[in-house]
Amino acid sequence: MSPLERYLIVAALLFGIGLAGALTRRNAILVLAGIELMLTAANLNFIAFWRYGGHPADSGTGIVFVLFSIAVAAAETAVGLALIVTIYRHRHSTKLDEFDELKG
Amino acid sequence: MNWIVHQLWLIPALPFLAAGVLALTPRRQRAFAARLAISALAVSLALSCAAFVATLGHAGTGTFRERVNFTWFQFGDQALRLGWVLDPLAAVMLVMVSFVGLLIFIYSVGYMAHDANFTRFFCFLALFAGAMLGLVIANSLLLLFVCWELVGLASYLLIGFWFHKPEAAAAAKKAFITTRIGDVALFLGMLWLYSAGGTLLFYDAGEGCLENAALARIAGPSLVGWGTLVGISLLIFGGAIGKSGQLPLHVWLPDAMEGPTPVSALIHAATMVAAGVFLVARVFPLMKPDWPSLAGGIPLAGTPPPDATLAITWVGAITAVFAALIAVAQTDIKRILAYSTVSQLGYMFLGLGVGGVAVGMFHLLTHACFKALLFLGAGSVIHGCHDEQDIRRMGGLRRPMPVTFATYAVGMMALSGVPLLFSGFWSKDEILHAAHGWAGSRIPFYLGLFGALLTAFYMTRQMVYVFFGQRRAASTPPAAASGIRHPASGEPHESPLVMTVPLAILAVSAIVLGFLGTPAWPWLQTYLGADHGGSGGVELAKLLTKETLWLMAISTAVVTAGIGLAWRWYGQRPITDAGTPDPLQMSFPAAFRWLRQKFFVDEFYAATVIRAHAAWARFSDLLDAWLWGGLVLAVHFLTQGLSWASRFFDEYVVNLGFDAACRRLRRDGAFAAGLSDGKLQNYLRGIGTAFACLLVLLLWGGCR
Repeated sequence: MSPLERYLIVAALLFGIGLAGALTRRNAILVLAGIELMLTAANLNFIAFWRYGGHPADSGTGIVFVLFSIAVAAAETAVGLALIVTIYRHRHSTKLDEFDELKG
Repeated sequence: MNWIVHQLWLIPALPFLAAGVLALTPRRQRAFAARLAISALAVSLALSCAAFVATLGHAGTGTFRERVNFTWFQFGDQALRLGWVLDPLAAVMLVMVSFVGLLIFIYSVGYMAHDANFTRFFCFLALFAGAMLGLVIANSLLLLFVCWELVGLASYLLIGFWFHKPEAAAAAKKAFITTRIGDVALFLGMLWLYSAGGTLLFYDAGEGCLENAALARIAGPSLVGWGTLVGISLLIFGGAIGKSGQLPLHVWLPDAMEGPTPVSALIHAATMVAAGVFLVARVFPLMKPDWPSLAGGIPLAGTPPPDATLAITWVGAITAVFAALIAVAQTDIKRILAYSTVSQLGYMFLGLGVGGVAVGMFHLLTHACFKALLFLGAGSVIHGCHDEQDIRRMGGLRRPMPVTFATYAVGMMALSGVPLLFSGFWSKDEILHAAHGWAGSRIPFYLGLFGALLTAFYMTRQMVYVFFGQRRAASTPPAAASGIRHPASGEPHESPLVMTVPLAILAVSAIVLGFLGTPAWPWLQTYLGADHGGSGGVELAKLLTKETLWLMAISTAVVTAGIGLAWRWYGQRPITDAGTPDPLQMSFPAAFRWLRQKFFVDEFYAATVIRAHAAWARFSDLLDAWLWGGLVLAVHFLTQGLSWASRFFDEYVVNLGFDAACRRLRRDGAFAAGLSDGKLQNYLRGIGTAFACLLVLLLWGGCR
């Protein structure tokens, strides 16, 4: 089993855990945490493919991509948390299944 | 340039302004209405006098002519220009119109005192005077035409002032339509003049259509140019025929008597009918072009070619006699005067035709004074006799109405042309003198003499009927006059001062005005620019030349014969009963019947023009009902059928399909709406499932 496969399996597990968390939890914050896990799994894949994917090692594409991704994810989390806080102030709840005003 | 030339527009503008204000004045403001109209016209008179004085210094040279032109609007590279002009012709007309008009205004205060629509009356009067004054100063045929039509409108309004009387309404309509026939001719002439000469301005620094440069351009080097010039002149003269009541369009003028008497005076003396004569005098260079001075004109073979003055002369001469004949047999006091006006207008045109501007205008001015005097006198008589107009039912008014009698007698003698003292004698003599020397034919001269005889005759007859003999109000008129309304009984009385003072002033001017143009001192003729060869001073010797004396003797004899004849028939044994037939009727029953019925001109028109018109109208009506109506109906049904089909298509094709699509859309929309339930995690679940499916699909496909 090559190192790349191991990394990929870890990343797949991480993604599955994140997805399961995001789908099953009712608390918005935990859903957000699950999404973060999925993002991390993707980042891990980037790094793994960069490191073992047969690319020239000195081209820093993978690491630059991941750095951007982390920065964007951080911003996204900040916005998401701010939204959750605002929703909480209005509704005194963070339970996602109660927020269905956008239904058709 | 004199200041008055720049302010000349004020003269018509003031009465117009007064008319505008009076149109908005409530009916009960009677004193205000009279004061405003009279003061506006008084200021106009003052300004007219100032304008007249301004022209005086240049009299004799014949060159005083100041004008102000301005551009009205521009279309393409052509500019339509209007303007006003001050020359001796305009100046004397201004003074005459505003002077006579002012006296008539003042007189109307008394005459219309009991009328409910006093304010409206003065509004129309002011409009009438303003339009006429505007016509006089116009320096453009277009501006003249505008004012000309305004005069027509005002006359329509005033003739039909008592519009609740059917005859008055009909007379107003008749006047309007009859003069409109002439106006069409004038309008055509104007258009032709514009297309041929390129301008409608009369005087424009040598470029106006009455000045030689433009005339030469119109006349051109060929016979066509001569035809154009004469054609334009005749068309313009057609307008004058309509307005001034010449044959064959004279029929409206006697009917215009249905209006209030001051209106008749205004129409017959100062404004309406004078407009036609003035128009011909104004465009006289067009009517009688100075052929030799039109350089490059048609080659002249000794004698100048005939021009429009030939037609003017003949129309005038024939009308003068024709209308005078009718006047002999009329019984309505105003109708006699109306036919006398038609006849005198004929004289004016005769004078214009044979003698030029000065001769015609002299008679116009003197006639304005004594005809206004006669009409206002007739108004005073009618007023005093409680709205009686039939001279057979008057009689003996000499004693109860002394002032009216005296002034009326002055007017009558002026109109008849009693020698030496009265203005009518001098102006008529001037015309006869010119007709005598006319190269064309001697017949107009004899017609003029015959007319003078008739004039003296019918005026004497009227005087005798009205003022002499005994009062016949109580007796019944013959059946022929049964249509005349029967006045309230009561003794005749003299009119108030506000009516008699204008009469007296007019009587004085009816005498004095004649001395402005005697052969011994032809001041007016030199002033108007006619070449009389005189020095401008008084030359009694000219009065005593053989020809002048001979003509004066003839006309004196004719007038004496007329008066004497009438006195013998009517004055010696004044009739005592209104039912007594006319002495003339007993002598010449057939001829009298023709005259009484006005040569059946109205009946002739009714049988020809009006019948043809009615037939054409009936034909048009049938055409309308069947042909055009049928077409309209066909189009109507076609449209209706089309709209039925259209509606069917709409309801059963478009709407049904659309409805079905809508229902489907709603159902599917509801299903799609059900899918998005707003639960965030359901969406995420969907995405996850889809992602898994995608993954399986990719793996299945061999990761390619």
